[in-house]
Amino acid sequence: MQYLLMLHFRPGEGPQEGTPEFDAEMQRWHALNDEMREAGVMLGVSGLHVDATTTVCAPDGALTVTDGPYAETKEILFSFYLIDVEDLDAATAWAAKMPATEYGSVEIRPTTGLDLS
Amino acid sequence: MTDAAGALERAYRDERAAVLAVITRRLDGDLAFAEDAVQDAFVAAAVEWDRRGVPDRPGAWLTVTAWRKALDRLRHDRVAAARAPDLVTPMSYDLDWEFERSSLDDDELRMLFTCCHPALAPEARMALTLRSVSGLTVPEIARAFLSSPEAMERRLTRARRKVTNARIPFRVPPDERLAERLAGVLRVVYLLYTEGHVATHGDAPVRGDLCVEAVRLARLLARLMPDAAEAHGLLALLALTDARRPARVDAGGALVSLESQDRSRWDAARVDEGVAALERALRFDGRGPYVIQAAIAALHSQAPRWEQTDWPQISALYAELARHDPSPVVAINRAIAVGFAEGPAAGLALLDALAGDARLDRYQPLAAARAELLARSGDADAAAAAYARAIALSQNPAERAALVRRRGEHGGSANG
Repeated sequence: MQYLLMLHFRPGEGPQEGTPEFDAEMQRWHALNDEMREAGVMLGVSGLHVDATTTVCAPDGALTVTDGPYAETKEILFSFYLIDVEDLDAATAWAAKMPATEYGSVEIRPTTGLDLS
Repeated sequence: MTDAAGALERAYRDERAAVLAVITRRLDGDLAFAEDAVQDAFVAAAVEWDRRGVPDRPGAWLTVTAWRKALDRLRHDRVAAARAPDLVTPMSYDLDWEFERSSLDDDELRMLFTCCHPALAPEARMALTLRSVSGLTVPEIARAFLSSPEAMERRLTRARRKVTNARIPFRVPPDERLAERLAGVLRVVYLLYTEGHVATHGDAPVRGDLCVEAVRLARLLARLMPDAAEAHGLLALLALTDARRPARVDAGGALVSLESQDRSRWDAARVDEGVAALERALRFDGRGPYVIQAAIAALHSQAPRWEQTDWPQISALYAELARHDPSPVVAINRAIAVGFAEGPAAGLALLDALAGDARLDRYQPLAAARAELLARSGDADAAAAAYARAIALSQNPAERAALVRRRGEHGGSANG
C-alpha cells in the first residue's frame, strides 16, 4: 500500500535556518531517510520550494500559466514522501518519527494506485 | 410471521456481527467490501430460507454464503479484484465453518480495534462499533444518536470506506501499541455509555438502549482481554453505574440524584456483576482510571443508605483519579466528596481553585456543585445565586428540573 506523506510547517515555528537547532534537525532527517531506505519503504522524497509555485490550467481550452498560488494559510507544504508500507499503522509510525510533527503536521494520503501496464 | 422470517430476524440480530468479522478477516480487512458481501448473504437468505427452509446452522450458512458472494463479486467486479488481487485465484468456495468459529473471538477483537481506530472520527467509531460489533441496525443506531437513518447510513459508509481505502489494519495491535489502543477502545465503549446515560441531546434524561449495548461491549472486552485490568475496570464501572439506572429517573421522567434514589430499586444482579469485575481488576498491579472509578461506584453501591457513604475513602480515590485525569469533571467530583468527608468549606476551597480557569466560566457542573456546597454550608443567599446560574447553564430539561427542585429544598427563591 502506497501513501503520500505531505509535510507542513507553520511559519515562524520550529528551528530556523542558520541556527544550531536547525543543523541538529537536519541530522535527524538524514538519519530517518537512511532508516527508511534501509527498510525499503521509500519510493520518493523531496523538499519543496515554497515561493516558486506555477499553476497551469485550461479552463476554456485556452492554456493559462500563472504565478502561485502561495499559501496564505497557517500551514505551508514544504516536503513530501511517497512510501510503500503494509497499512495505515505502519505509515503512521513513520510519520510519527518526523521532526515536522513537532512544529507542523504530516498529512497521510492513501494512494488509489494506477495501472500503467 | 413465518418461521423463516423469524429465523432471519434472529440471525440478523445475533449472527451478523460474527459473520461480518469472519468475512472481513478473510478479505484482509476490507470492511466496506465485507459489508456488501454480508448484505448479499442476508438478501439470499430472505429468498432461500423461505423456499427451502431454515438451515440447521444459520450462522454457518450465512458465512459460507457471504464468502461465495464475496468471491462472485471479485470475479465480476474488476475494481474490487484490483483491490484484492491475491484473493481471486487461490481462494476456493470452501469455508470450514467449524474452523472459522474457533477463531471467532479473535475476529471480534480485531473488529473492535478496527472500528475504534484513532484515524476514524470519534462519532464514526461509536456508530461503526454499534453496527459491526453489537449488530444494531442502522435505524436503531440513528435513533440512539437522534439522527436520521439516511444520515447514519452515510456516516457508516464513509467510515467503512476510510477503513478500506486508508487500509486501517484488521488486527489486534502489537504489544508496544496495545495499551494505548486498548485505552481508545475502552474510551469508545465508555462514551457510548455516557451518551445513553447523560443524553446530551434531546429531552430524554436516559437512553437505556445505548447503556445496555455499552455494558454488553464492556462484557465482551473483559472476556476477550482477560489480562487487561482496565477492561475489567470498565465493565465494573458500567455495571455498577447501570445498576442504579432503574432508580435514576422518577415516574415523572425527572432525574433523581444519588442521594435521593430508592436504593431498593438498584439492580442487585448488576451490582454483583460489577463487584465481581472489580475484584478481578484489583488482582492486577497498578490501577487505571476505570478501576478507580469502579471502586468509587462500588463504595456507593455498598452503602445501604446515603448517610452511610464512605466519603473519606471516596475522597482518597478521587485524589488518586485526579492524578490520572486532571479534568474539571474529576476535580469537581473530588470537591463534592471532600465536602461530605471534611465539610462544605473544604469542598468549596477545592472549587475556588478551579474558578480561576476562564474556560470553566460557563461550565454547568461547576456551577451546580458550587450551589450544592454553598447550600450545605448554610449560605442561603450565595446558594440561591449559584443555583440560578447552574439552572441557566443547563442544557437538559430533566437536569434543570432537578436543580429547581434542589433549590426549593434548600429554601432558595422560586424565581430565576
